[in-house]
Amino acid sequence: MNDMNPAQPLLELKGLEKRFELDRGFLETIKFRSGKIVRERREVHAVNNISLNVERGEALCVVGESGCGKSTVARLIAGLLTPSGGEIHYEGERIDNRSRHAMMPLRKKMQMIFQNPYASLNPRMTIQQALEEPVRYHNPEMSKSDVLEKVATVMRSVGVDPSWAKRYPHEFSGGQRQRIAIARALTVDPEFIIADEPISALDVSIQAQVLNLMLEAKNQRGLTYLFITHDLSVVQHFGTRVAVLYLGSVCELADTATLFENPKHPYTKALLSAVPQLKDDHPNHIRLKGEIPTPINLPQGCPFESRCAYANDRCRVEQPRPLQQADGSIVACHAVEEDRLES
Amino acid sequence: MSTLETIPPPSLWVRLWDSNMGYSFRRNPVAVVSLIIFVAVALMAIFAPLVAPFDPYDPAQIDIMNSEYPPIWIEGADPSFLFGTDDQGRDLWSTILYGTRLSLLIGLCAVALQAFLGITIGLIAGYVGGRLDSLLMRLADIQLSFSTLMVAIIFLAVTQAMFGSETFNQYAIYFLIVVIGVAEWPQYARTVRATVLAEKKKEYVDGARVLGFGPLRIMVRHILPNSMSPIFVISTVQVANAIISEASLSFLGLGMPPSQPSLGSLISSGFDYIFSGSWWITAIPGVVLVVLVLVINLLGDWMRDVLNPKSFKG
Amino acid sequence: MTLLSVRDLTVKFATRDSSVTALNRISFDLAKGERLGIVGESGAGKSITGFSLMNLLSRPGFIDNGTILFQGDDIVKMSESQMRSIRGNQMAMIFQDPMVTLNPVLTIGQQMVETLRAHRKLSQKEAEQIAIVKLREVYIPSPEDRLGQYPHELSGGMRQRIVIAIALLLDPQLIIADEPTTALDVTIQADIMELLLELCQSNKVGLILITHDLGVVSQMTERTLVMYAGKIIEAGRTREIINDPQHPYTQGLINALPQQTQPGNPLKQIPGNMPSLAAIPNGCAFNPRCEYALDHCRTTAPEIVQYAHVEVACHEVSRLHSDKSEERSA
Repeated sequence: MNDMNPAQPLLELKGLEKRFELDRGFLETIKFRSGKIVRERREVHAVNNISLNVERGEALCVVGESGCGKSTVARLIAGLLTPSGGEIHYEGERIDNRSRHAMMPLRKKMQMIFQNPYASLNPRMTIQQALEEPVRYHNPEMSKSDVLEKVATVMRSVGVDPSWAKRYPHEFSGGQRQRIAIARALTVDPEFIIADEPISALDVSIQAQVLNLMLEAKNQRGLTYLFITHDLSVVQHFGTRVAVLYLGSVCELADTATLFENPKHPYTKALLSAVPQLKDDHPNHIRLKGEIPTPINLPQGCPFESRCAYANDRCRVEQPRPLQQADGSIVACHAVEEDRLES
Repeated sequence: MSTLETIPPPSLWVRLWDSNMGYSFRRNPVAVVSLIIFVAVALMAIFAPLVAPFDPYDPAQIDIMNSEYPPIWIEGADPSFLFGTDDQGRDLWSTILYGTRLSLLIGLCAVALQAFLGITIGLIAGYVGGRLDSLLMRLADIQLSFSTLMVAIIFLAVTQAMFGSETFNQYAIYFLIVVIGVAEWPQYARTVRATVLAEKKKEYVDGARVLGFGPLRIMVRHILPNSMSPIFVISTVQVANAIISEASLSFLGLGMPPSQPSLGSLISSGFDYIFSGSWWITAIPGVVLVVLVLVINLLGDWMRDVLNPKSFKG
Repeated sequence: MTLLSVRDLTVKFATRDSSVTALNRISFDLAKGERLGIVGESGAGKSITGFSLMNLLSRPGFIDNGTILFQGDDIVKMSESQMRSIRGNQMAMIFQDPMVTLNPVLTIGQQMVETLRAHRKLSQKEAEQIAIVKLREVYIPSPEDRLGQYPHELSGGMRQRIVIAIALLLDPQLIIADEPTTALDVTIQADIMELLLELCQSNKVGLILITHDLGVVSQMTERTLVMYAGKIIEAGRTREIINDPQHPYTQGLINALPQQTQPGNPLKQIPGNMPSLAAIPNGCAFNPRCEYALDHCRTTAPEIVQYAHVEVACHEVSRLHSDKSEERSA
């Protein structure tokens, strides 16, 4: 399939899987069940068989509710976690099994921005130290004045006054800290940025500032983003394509405009209808029954089956495959495939 | 925004004085008095050769005829000996100053050794995790299940027997530092490991990993500076403990020799005379030891209250 | 009929040497069964308002001045025991994190029965019956079984439903909900909001909804207060405020939402940050971030006045308005 693409995608996920073991150590796996002592391992299936491409220059948004595995995907790509299965390719080269040293050249290309600006900066380092460290580490041959120049340039580009450099993170507000965290990621001149809920801990008026900053950096530096969020209004504004995750699987992947105009998967529809609108007095909110099941010991069939109004026997036993639709979107749903949904 | 630009960053002392720590220190008379006493004792001990009227290590200055003079406020005292003299005729005041110096030196060096071992092991155990963590922590458990004194007594008794009294006395100070230092590293290792586990989950550590920094750099540059508060708190307690351990060992005759007495050996050497009326040889160094340990513990208590957010009194 | 009437409420926080003002002369009314939204960003004082109404402020915070009349009685002057008979009984509070409200070592049933029997003379059996009825009202499936469960056995959405059921146990006149759904997922959030709205309407319960989310306010409430740096800067009917905000801050807040801008274009951001309570600017607190600010905005604080359909605290509201109509005609 990829051979047909003339341009190689920047990042490719192939059947990515991540399971976390709940019971660590031998003794914890011993359980007493119905009169017998058995050995049992429980696993959390955080990410199940996800395949995605990120094209150069796009902003791919990954949305979903808590526990859907969106942060795990980000951490797998950033190399903070090791996948349990599947492959991650960056510019055609496999990166998920590389050693720390083999990853080094990639660290300059791929950076990450975190959710909590209160925890993502080392509280014992001044802003100057925090920004200088990556520059020096990755460019040991750079002269002192060049390093200072570089840090000052990056600070100015994110709207942080270089005269604040001697201060510690606790002296700044959340929005300013997030700017500094973005600056730190930009000091190594990356081409790809993984942003894990970068604005959800911020106030509304500050969210707009940070989002604008990220858009500006995208346009000026030609950045590619993988943007993890739960906020659909941000997706609509920021993303070029959207992947909707539910319980560790992709249920719908489409261009942003297509997805918001014409959502196909029942979960996507419910998600879109649940966003509180400003000027709409009577939203027709689609009620989902029940709540998200725990990702321990997943159901056999479609992960969404327990809450879906269109679920039938096939949904209970067979996992739907992601299929391409006429408008280019990819949907994993038996009901869509069989055209059982009324529109 | 504008306020940030106009005020220049204050100096370290001003920052320390204005910080919550400085503020709570000023508001806490017990801590202030403790610090003053500790600094006074420490300064006098450090500058003992300048402060003391006699040099207790110099046999030429010791006259056996001067032995067992009482302190000057008791009848029959010699006015040149402030706290009287011991059984060998040494000036007790000078001997206490030199002894305190030894006790503090051994305490601080032993704690430095404990801290070095414990912090290194705790950092590695906490950061690397897995089997190495289990192994190191089980070692710490085993070490802790022997009492410090028991280990020290066995070790010192064996070395004393091996090298003979004379050689042992010559190197007693090093043996004491090593044995107290090695016996108590698990205290540090456990505390450091616990804070490392908490810090490791924070996003700035992930950020450092995404930037490609090596484990050594992350441990030393990023995690360690953020784990300092509990290290400070246990250090004070450990210094007090080490001074007591040293005093106990010296009292038992396994520490500093009577010719170079620490507070412990001084108390011990006066013990034989306590019932013949010369109580001061034991009592005065005893009071100094108690006061020294007490002020260190009081400072430690205050520091724990300030640095530990859980016991914060709102 | 007025249920709650707040006049010139001023709350201060004692600091080392002096005190900072967290709420600065807040006044508003709430009619019986009315739903009021309090909107603002962190540091605006909206949660402190909620706590003051329950008289739950703890040191170093204290009510410096003002009155809070609840059904005619001044809460500020009440003793702790008088307050306890009102709290939970006539006035209930729902917090952001249900685990804060629920005691993790008691079962749901124990907590509900305890609350009921603290205020009413009821037998264990009767109390349990009421608890089951209330749980059914918040659509909890098989409520009889839930009574024996512990909070950690339930999902987040279920817990928040139980918190709402507990808040409704004694048929209060007023519910104060402080960011009740911020910790929940979007699909669950919509359910809980719908439930809260339905219960308030059917039981004629007054609601004060404290939130940062303008979308939630616009769907839940009849009237809205917008707060900034400890002051009410705009108040009025929710519809009017959302559709035609008067204060530059409210306008900025609404315009900053991504929905208000074409995708791909920069958002209309408000520059700067919310001032900290210790360093509130002179004059109008919003002036350093306001594009319309003039000299007198930097020296004198604006009083809240009636303008158009709302009350607003801004010196330049009329100029702002004429600018906007020119824009529209141009």
